[in-house]
Amino acid sequence: MIPEEKIKEACVEILRRSATQLPMDAVNALRRGYENETDDVPRMQLKAILDNIDLAVKTGTPMCQDTGVHIFFVNIGKVDVNGLDSVINEAVAEATESVPLRPNAVHPLTRKNPGTNVGVRMPYINYHFSDNDYLEIGVMPKGAGSENMSRLAMLTPAKGLKGIKEFALETMLNAGGKPCPPVIFGLGIGGSADIAMHLGKQALLRPLGERHPEEEIANLEREILAAINDLGIGPMGMGGNTTLLGVSAEYAHCHTASLPVAINIQCWAARRSLVRLYPDGLAEYPLEVIQ
Amino acid sequence: MSEKRLTVPLSEDDVRALDAGDIVYLDGIVYTGRDEVHIHALEHAKEGKEIPVDFKDGVIFHCGPIMKKDGDKWVTVAAGPTTSSRMNSLEPEFIEKFGVRAVIGKGGMSAPTIEACQKFGCVYFAITGGAAVSIAKGVEDVLGVEWFELGMPEAIWILKTKNLGPLIVGIDTKGNSLFADVDKEVEANVPKVREKLGI
Repeated sequence: MIPEEKIKEACVEILRRSATQLPMDAVNALRRGYENETDDVPRMQLKAILDNIDLAVKTGTPMCQDTGVHIFFVNIGKVDVNGLDSVINEAVAEATESVPLRPNAVHPLTRKNPGTNVGVRMPYINYHFSDNDYLEIGVMPKGAGSENMSRLAMLTPAKGLKGIKEFALETMLNAGGKPCPPVIFGLGIGGSADIAMHLGKQALLRPLGERHPEEEIANLEREILAAINDLGIGPMGMGGNTTLLGVSAEYAHCHTASLPVAINIQCWAARRSLVRLYPDGLAEYPLEVIQ
Repeated sequence: MSEKRLTVPLSEDDVRALDAGDIVYLDGIVYTGRDEVHIHALEHAKEGKEIPVDFKDGVIFHCGPIMKKDGDKWVTVAAGPTTSSRMNSLEPEFIEKFGVRAVIGKGGMSAPTIEACQKFGCVYFAITGGAAVSIAKGVEDVLGVEWFELGMPEAIWILKTKNLGPLIVGIDTKGNSLFADVDKEVEANVPKVREKLGI
């Protein structure tokens, strides 16, 4: 049995890491974007972003005041665990105090804020199972600026690949500078309405620049990335060549009569963190982050 | 494009002298206020009730900061802008009713706010979204908090700023908007993008 206290400690740690240290794949994409810009305004925006990332690491401070709501991806290997739901909730409340994180989770109608980031079904925990000899817990803090621009389309099969591309273009035009570009598209294709949205979010866990293993999907990712960057929306919607840092797609088979497509937008602060916990209590943090 | 340092309270002349694209650094009091502050303040005004701060010639920052208590004192941990367009439907009336001279945010605002800026003498400053640690360095002191019951992100934080910026004038008092300019360029690029996508 992995001790609950160890799991809680590790969860607080990934919450702290995710808020304060950006994964290297996102940092590198932002650096490339900065090098590709020639005009003053987009260069100034990307410089401010890169300087802020450095300052956040140096001071151990959350890089963005919107520390998001917390989406967990738990993968249970061949290990004994107990009470994961409550352990994760406790870790979120503790990290909200200790990091600190902004208390973002409110009741959707009364807007009452419990102040802990813990509420009904929040943090949201996705459970999966594997044959690994460890427990893996990933967290994605998701800010509202980007989430608010995320969209779902229930296309007809006749719309096909063109319909998906059309939807990607519309989604970026609708988002403009609002989701803190440069952004990342998590593209979920197929399944059902809820599955497509979920796949879009899951796709954002993949390191930037790592293409889908299937050529057809990988080509779609490349094509959307290259074309959208020609729109000229640019960093913070103030013009420039860097609108999209990446496109990651995941798909599921779907009903013969439908073609669900979802785009989950992630802001430049593409924060995520991961821990692997072994039965002997060892905790491994495999993600390469900015130091 | 020029670079200026301005002190709050801002005069109408101060803001009317600014052009879209200018860079500004601010000193003085800045109030945070986003969705709930806009809604509540306008409701109060409608009912003839006082609001706890005076926005006249002041600055409202679309920001829900992370604050931490150090003894009795609040300290700003991170304070970047939130998406201003959520306040699109409320900002023109807010500018008119409360006489605010500058709005700080990200992502720009729609035509009615551009008109209100022109009519009442107000500017919109854009600051880099997510650059929250750098921006917090421009906050020298937290003088207080009002409407704390709205929650940390939605409260009115009274910030004493020093050299807050760089702020880019995104909307000036002459009807210019950097964001509207980018929108036009983007629209012109759409056919090329469609061709590239084969749609």
